[in-house]
Amino acid sequence: MSRKVSNALGLVVALVWVFPVYWMVSSSFLDSTQVRSKDPVFWPFGGDASAYGRVFDDSFLASMRLSVTVTLITVVVALILAFLTAIAVSRFRFRGRKALVLTVLIVQMIPAEGLFISQYKMLEGWHLLNSILGLSLLYVAAVLPFTVWMLRGFVEGIPVDLEHAAMIDGCSRTRAFFVVTFPLLAPGLVACGVYAFLQAWNEFTLATVVMSPSNRTVPLWLRGLTTSSNAAIDWPGVMAGAVLVAVPVMVFFIIVQNKMTSGLVAGAVKG
Amino acid sequence: MSDLLVAPPAPPSRRRRDAKRPPSSKTSRRLRAVAPYLLVLPVVVTLAVALGYPLVRQLVMSFQEFGLAQQFGAEPEWVGLENYKTLLTDDATWAVIIRSLVFCAVNAAVTMILGMAVAVLKTKLSTWVRIVVQSVLLLAWAMPVIASMTVWQWLFDTQYGVINWLLVKLGFGQYAQHSWLLEPMSFFFVATVIVVWMSVPFVAFSLYAALTQVSSEQLEAAQLDGAGAWQRFRHITVPTIMPVVYVVSLLQVVWDLRVFAQIYYLQGAGGLRSQTDLLGTHIYNLGIGQSSYGMASAVAIFMLVLTLVLTIGYVRKLAKED
Repeated sequence: MSRKVSNALGLVVALVWVFPVYWMVSSSFLDSTQVRSKDPVFWPFGGDASAYGRVFDDSFLASMRLSVTVTLITVVVALILAFLTAIAVSRFRFRGRKALVLTVLIVQMIPAEGLFISQYKMLEGWHLLNSILGLSLLYVAAVLPFTVWMLRGFVEGIPVDLEHAAMIDGCSRTRAFFVVTFPLLAPGLVACGVYAFLQAWNEFTLATVVMSPSNRTVPLWLRGLTTSSNAAIDWPGVMAGAVLVAVPVMVFFIIVQNKMTSGLVAGAVKG
Repeated sequence: MSDLLVAPPAPPSRRRRDAKRPPSSKTSRRLRAVAPYLLVLPVVVTLAVALGYPLVRQLVMSFQEFGLAQQFGAEPEWVGLENYKTLLTDDATWAVIIRSLVFCAVNAAVTMILGMAVAVLKTKLSTWVRIVVQSVLLLAWAMPVIASMTVWQWLFDTQYGVINWLLVKLGFGQYAQHSWLLEPMSFFFVATVIVVWMSVPFVAFSLYAALTQVSSEQLEAAQLDGAGAWQRFRHITVPTIMPVVYVVSLLQVVWDLRVFAQIYYLQGAGGLRSQTDLLGTHIYNLGIGQSSYGMASAVAIFMLVLTLVLTIGYVRKLAKED
């Protein structure tokens, strides 16, 4: 296959994958007549931004508040807990360590769909349905296995000899850990935090099961835009909503994804 | 949760940590014996409460008659394997299971083939085209599931959808005002398009990264020894990328088996629920919809066992590396 043919094919692939993203942004600037025109409007920029005003209402802000709260709780709690466990698993030998690692690995494969019925019943029994606490609990548990696994990889990457050297220089073990190892661990903590953030922010399934229509996270709010009324769907509004929900996390994801994938591939090729 | 991630990075090579431990006092040694348990306690408790307990409870419920009456306070009745018997003898449930397996197989296969094709294509592109393709795939990969769903619903819209418009322009007049979600086959076609569109970037990135690990010296040496393109691919490229192919396809199968958000969303957008349910939405409808928790639990346990069977080999491999 010649370079020209490959390049042409490559551009076709790029076009297919970029079009929905482009269409989301572009449709959000249509006005009500353009959206109903016989031929689609492919180049609406300079058009109309009123759709953003329509969707940026109290219900959007309420869902933002809820999502921000739940996400922050998930990230902070999961990071602290996973950090403690990662230290234990990679810096100590203890009875049950192997079993713990195995459990973490298996739990990681458990699909939310395979447990959400009894999680629903559990939260119902504790009067935690439709609550920030209940949803956060499920989210923390959902991201913990992977964050533990990832962080422990990072901790093991830092030679314990560095700590010993500091101890010979007169540091206590704890102090040596916080002065030497902890700063080296910062990238790992950031990567895990980002992972937990994206998971909690985009999560849809558990939120659907546990939350009620009066109390919606951002993804539930966005879905509500296409199902809320019998009237015709306000497509520019829906697309404006999608842009508001998607673009900030997309930017974030693109900045950090490289760090997260390289781990997988490096590991798999070596293994 | 969602599919954004990436399998765990394998741990870097380990060092014996106790080798050069400086001398320590008796109390600090005792502390050192207790410390790991204190450190892991919060995680163990959280997982036990939020996953372990529901798992046990679900197993118990799957052996009980647990429906609307129980929801209003009646004691759950112990029915042994009744729910599982219903599950295995009910045609509707079997239809869901088979549909799920077929959907999973087709989606995983199409995703892997396209992902592999894109990855190979990426090795043959001029730099600037490769950067364009790379950036675009990253954009698609970064889209939150529900945002993608709303866009695809709009693309496939009956009246003003750009896909119907394009098909009509291309000469397929019957697609004017075509409703994609009414027919089960066409419903699953739309779902497949969306799932594949969302999943290919991850596969393409991982496989491309694996392909760049293939040693060019080995390839050249093989060529000098007279190996043809196919032989070089078969004996050098394939063995190098195989571990990645294995992990990625396993993850695809697991993810496509549990697909929920996309099906649930499309059903809400006009799909016929009874003919389009997959395992995830079926469990949801049985439990949350009809308060038939006993049956829902049985189906969920079935799904868990299926996942476990599929992934046990991979988990074993990771555990061994530990």
